[in-house]
Amino acid sequence: MVIPDYKKYLAGERLPHIWCAGCGNGVILKALLIVLAELNFKHEEILLATGIGCICRAGDYVSFQRFQGTHGRTLAFVTGLKIARPDLKVFCLIGDGDCAAIGMGHLIHAARRNLDVAVLVANNLNYGMTGGQFSPLTPSKSLTSTSRTGKTETPLDICRLAEAAGANYVARTSVFHHGELRKFIREAISKKGFSLVEILTPCPTYYGRYNKIGGPGEMLTWFRDKTVPLNKYLQMNPEEQKDYFWRGKLVERDTLDFYTQGEKMKRPDD
Amino acid sequence: MTEEKNKVQFLSGNEACVWAGIHAKARFFAGYPISPATEIAEMCAQELPKHGGFYIQMEDEIGSIAAVIGASLGGLRAFTATSGPGLALMQENIGYAAMAEVPCVIINVQRFGPSTGIATKPAQSDVMTTRWGTPGDHSLIVLVPSGGQECYDLTIAAFNLAELFRTPVIVLTDAVIAHLREKVTFKTKEELFLINGDKRVLRVTGLVHDNFGYSSDVPEVAEKLITRLAQKIEGYQALLPRPRFYGPERPEVLIISFGISARAARQAVYLAEQEDLAVSLLELQTLWPFPEEKIRKIGAKAKTVLVAELNRGQVQREVRACGISPEKVRGINKIDSTVITPSEILNEILTIIKKNN
Repeated sequence: MVIPDYKKYLAGERLPHIWCAGCGNGVILKALLIVLAELNFKHEEILLATGIGCICRAGDYVSFQRFQGTHGRTLAFVTGLKIARPDLKVFCLIGDGDCAAIGMGHLIHAARRNLDVAVLVANNLNYGMTGGQFSPLTPSKSLTSTSRTGKTETPLDICRLAEAAGANYVARTSVFHHGELRKFIREAISKKGFSLVEILTPCPTYYGRYNKIGGPGEMLTWFRDKTVPLNKYLQMNPEEQKDYFWRGKLVERDTLDFYTQGEKMKRPDD
Repeated sequence: MTEEKNKVQFLSGNEACVWAGIHAKARFFAGYPISPATEIAEMCAQELPKHGGFYIQMEDEIGSIAAVIGASLGGLRAFTATSGPGLALMQENIGYAAMAEVPCVIINVQRFGPSTGIATKPAQSDVMTTRWGTPGDHSLIVLVPSGGQECYDLTIAAFNLAELFRTPVIVLTDAVIAHLREKVTFKTKEELFLINGDKRVLRVTGLVHDNFGYSSDVPEVAEKLITRLAQKIEGYQALLPRPRFYGPERPEVLIISFGISARAARQAVYLAEQEDLAVSLLELQTLWPFPEEKIRKIGAKAKTVLVAELNRGQVQREVRACGISPEKVRGINKIDSTVITPSEILNEILTIIKKNN
């Protein structure tokens, strides 16, 4: 594969980044930038919207337009922004805590409205920025700094939630599956309407260490072994399913997006 | 735009705020229903699309202010309206707008609180919430209309000041003037003096940032940014709506008031005048930044300063902090969810004058 010139989107002078060694966030950012280069966007056509958390520092390392909101509210900000600037291509890069805990309401409503935005959820299975607490997406029984004897709560499938809320495109993969990752990001960005890609990404500093998975390399192979294609996952019994993450494409449809729907409903005498 | 024949209108304070928004070219409103501010959202839903604008009903007030900030960054003049509980939810993002310097207008129709309180009754107890509700050192502008015309005029001013200072501006009304129907004269195109913002999203963050919008944790960068944010409005108070002064310059009693209480005070000044009493009124139009110098100057010439407000003395505290000797400052306050009447203020004036002599 010939890698296109993605570095024009990178604010190289801002490096080194703040992410820990072995963190998957750089892989996600690079995958996004490669897709942008493949689609050859102009700098002024695109905007990276982030929230608060490890992945949200990505905005500091891009050379194009960047918006960083408050924790959990990114999609609410983007709702207003997209009404004012429907021409702007917006991608959100948010974490599992940001989108599934504090910002879950906004995620559901953005998907329900079918806002034309691509949401990339970097799921590192815990709150990394604050030192490794469990999030709603952390698997049951996981050890974290706030679940020393194992997480007792049931995790959430954010993809199924987005599907039920009305998203036009939903997929899940991991940073280990790099080809699939770029493919899903490209499809999500190209899709009109709300799209969500959940990306499993290693946090060796906290999740990997607490759960004795190992270093960066071991965490990547862990994602390889712990993920199964969606069709295979659906054939498993519910008990078996608990030990795996499905990956693949969950939804692909073409419901009218929020802005187009609104424009269509305007009566001529308005 | 406003045609000559429609110039004089009969409007509630809430309606006056909406027309002000439309005339000030606001084209985006995001809101969430809440008494006693709901009519603003209802009317925006009806009127904005007719003027090429957008109304969106968000999932909560946090989302409303976020969408307003997003739309503003996208180049639309944007506003929202709420009341106490909603204002509480908006606070984090109001701080964001102050930090990221995004112009936006928030109309806060005060109701009796704290918490759900009495949803349909008035209060003036959000004085400190509007100023210090969001954490951290910051500055913002709060304007306090006292009737329909002022709702219209000050909301237009709010949009201009938001653009000029790149800051959130809160228009602080209350449940009474929001629903009080009065004569309102619209401004003509020539009278509007709109300031135009540009239409670019750049690099925006709520983190401490350098001049290029990149985040920074360098102490010097943080100090420079916070100092500038805290001082950028205080240094230009002459550009903000000035307090109105009624009555003799060296009064026996100077009333300081705002909003609906200032309306009662105006009548009290008139009644006092009938009885040959030297009573004046300083009616605030800008609440924050607090017009300290003006109050110090005018207050020095009065024997007694009486602060009339529907709370337990939030503005009275600020008046004392202006450097007026504490024994000179008194308050007339009401916290029973009803308004202060002119005769109540007059009685207080008579008691004070009797005591003074």
